Amino acid sequence: MIIDLNFVGLIIASIMASAVPLILASCGELITERSGVLNLGVEGMMIIGAISGFALMTVTGSLIVAVFGAMLAGVLISTIFAFLTQTLITNHVATGLALTIFGIGISAMIGKNFVGIPGKEFPILFESLKDTIPLISPILFGHSIVFYFAFALPFMTNYFLKKTKIGLIVRAVGDSPESASNQGINVRLVRYACILYGGAMSGLAGAYLSMIYTPQWIENMTGGRGWIALALVVFSTWNPIKILIGAMIFGGLTIIQFHMQAIGVRIPVQFLTALPYIVTIIVLVVISRDSRKIRLSTPSSLGKSFHKDN
Amino acid sequence: MHKFLIRSFVSSLVLLFTLTVAAVAKDVKAAFVYIGPTGDHGWTYQHDVGRKAVEAAGFKTTYVEGVPESADAERVLRQLANSGHDVIFTTSFGYMNPTNKVAKEFPNVKFEHATGYKREHSNVSTYAARFYEGRTILGTIAGTMTKSNVIGYVASFPIPEVIRGINSFTLAAQKVNPNIKTKIVWAFTWYDPGKEAEAAKALIDQGADVIAQHTDSTAIVQMAEKAGVYAFGQASDMDKFAPKAVLTSVENNWGPYYVDRVKAVANGTWSQKDTWHGIGDGMVVISDLDSQMPADLRSKVKKLQADLASGKVHSFTGPIYDQKGNLMVAEGKTADDGMLAGMMTYVKGVEGDIPK
Repeated sequence: MIIDLNFVGLIIASIMASAVPLILASCGELITERSGVLNLGVEGMMIIGAISGFALMTVTGSLIVAVFGAMLAGVLISTIFAFLTQTLITNHVATGLALTIFGIGISAMIGKNFVGIPGKEFPILFESLKDTIPLISPILFGHSIVFYFAFALPFMTNYFLKKTKIGLIVRAVGDSPESASNQGINVRLVRYACILYGGAMSGLAGAYLSMIYTPQWIENMTGGRGWIALALVVFSTWNPIKILIGAMIFGGLTIIQFHMQAIGVRIPVQFLTALPYIVTIIVLVVISRDSRKIRLSTPSSLGKSFHKDN
Repeated sequence: MHKFLIRSFVSSLVLLFTLTVAAVAKDVKAAFVYIGPTGDHGWTYQHDVGRKAVEAAGFKTTYVEGVPESADAERVLRQLANSGHDVIFTTSFGYMNPTNKVAKEFPNVKFEHATGYKREHSNVSTYAARFYEGRTILGTIAGTMTKSNVIGYVASFPIPEVIRGINSFTLAAQKVNPNIKTKIVWAFTWYDPGKEAEAAKALIDQGADVIAQHTDSTAIVQMAEKAGVYAFGQASDMDKFAPKAVLTSVENNWGPYYVDRVKAVANGTWSQKDTWHGIGDGMVVISDLDSQMPADLRSKVKKLQADLASGKVHSFTGPIYDQKGNLMVAEGKTADDGMLAGMMTYVKGVEGDIPK
């Protein structure tokens, strides 16, 4: 059987496109968690981003306003979380869950007027180069700006955390807020900033879904991707490069199982459908075997509230 | 004293009579229970369009959306029955047992259950639409319009409703083009735009140039538009989401039935019924045919539509064979409703196995 290189390229390109929202939201959440805050509201912030992006695009007609508006909406809703957990010192887990429920509810309410409206076409870059080189060009060319940004983001995040002073401060706050505070770092301010950044990235991930991936608004359209993004952060052991790999595996298995069905491979469909989840569990088990490494890479104060007066 | 008693007796009779008249003339209230959000632009959305038609006909309506097919459904139904609703429409298959159970407790309330078959009490009716008639039309169009002879079909769950649709579609497509191949991908969801789009993309990458769907979102027609292939709208007219890709849509039109039934409750003429309406009764509507279709195909489709409506043509007319070559429907015969309702085998020409 001759393998059509262009066909392989197309499959890889679909896998990458499906990984974009996961990468964006995971990288945002990774920064939040690195500062010691566990925000389980990713799904809620994502869906708020999705409706805000779509609504702004429909009302203003400007894609730039819509994309930045979606990020801003993510920032605004995460401000609620930041205020509750950092200023009022509420429990991270409970507040995060509440944020998700709140986000899903309010997006449905705003979204009532935007159901059944087709989205606008989002510009694609390097479209003319799409058919030049087999295998390579469908992967590299003909995607939206958000797509390219998402694939650069893990590397930028890695650089930020490892090589910059602010990155070091974020890690310090996450590992030992007391020591960081004694060094004169404003722990609360750093955590506020990291939460808001996470909100912006989740908002962008939502906007990608409602404006680029499947340009429309329907309720619950994020379909649990926020939860997968959260799992990916753990899966990656808080390493942005591994997020990239995890998102590709997760997105890839879904798409490959569809292809196997269409080719007519006789494997029970239910097994194929469950495959992404099975593989995620296997990888998690494999990772957690090395408990020393897990301890080393987990932000030590993750999910713990910090009282400055203590 | 005697006079007083008689007078009070008569006056209480009058009062009772007025009260009864008032009770009869009081507004009929209809309630609707939905499985999804009204904002899905698919299954639930179309039921809600039907509800609005009832409202427009002058009746009061309420609805509860996102009701799980569990004990929650019973609780919602009981509450609706308790709060003075005269007729309750339960619009998903999984409400079948809760509907019958609650109907027993409220003999004066009428229950209408969509897509089910249990009518255990005299106040329960069932109704469904013959969507497979619409799929006969889609198959005819797909078989004619395909150039690659590969047709993609995104399916949801392996239940008779979906299998029937695949069979009806494939039989019609084969009739106009014996060389076609129907590739089926099971998405195992009714409603997840991302997954549906990915399933459609996989089919398109493998050479399908016409995509049919039995899932609810508009993501598939949009993916078809992007890839430059044809597709069909599901449940509602999806043309504006993908003007180039969508050749036509099969619309679920519940409004006329709902208005009819609520009126029957108001007139006191409601009785138990099992309704299975198709194109002929207007419960299944074919949207405008796209101008990209050649004129002779369009007139052929129009004629087929009229013949399906009049009953001259049946979607399942023999000879029909299953995948192994066993005769399912003999020549000159048509499949009866019992066979259609329980259809769990593919006809000859469909590739692959039904997931078990």
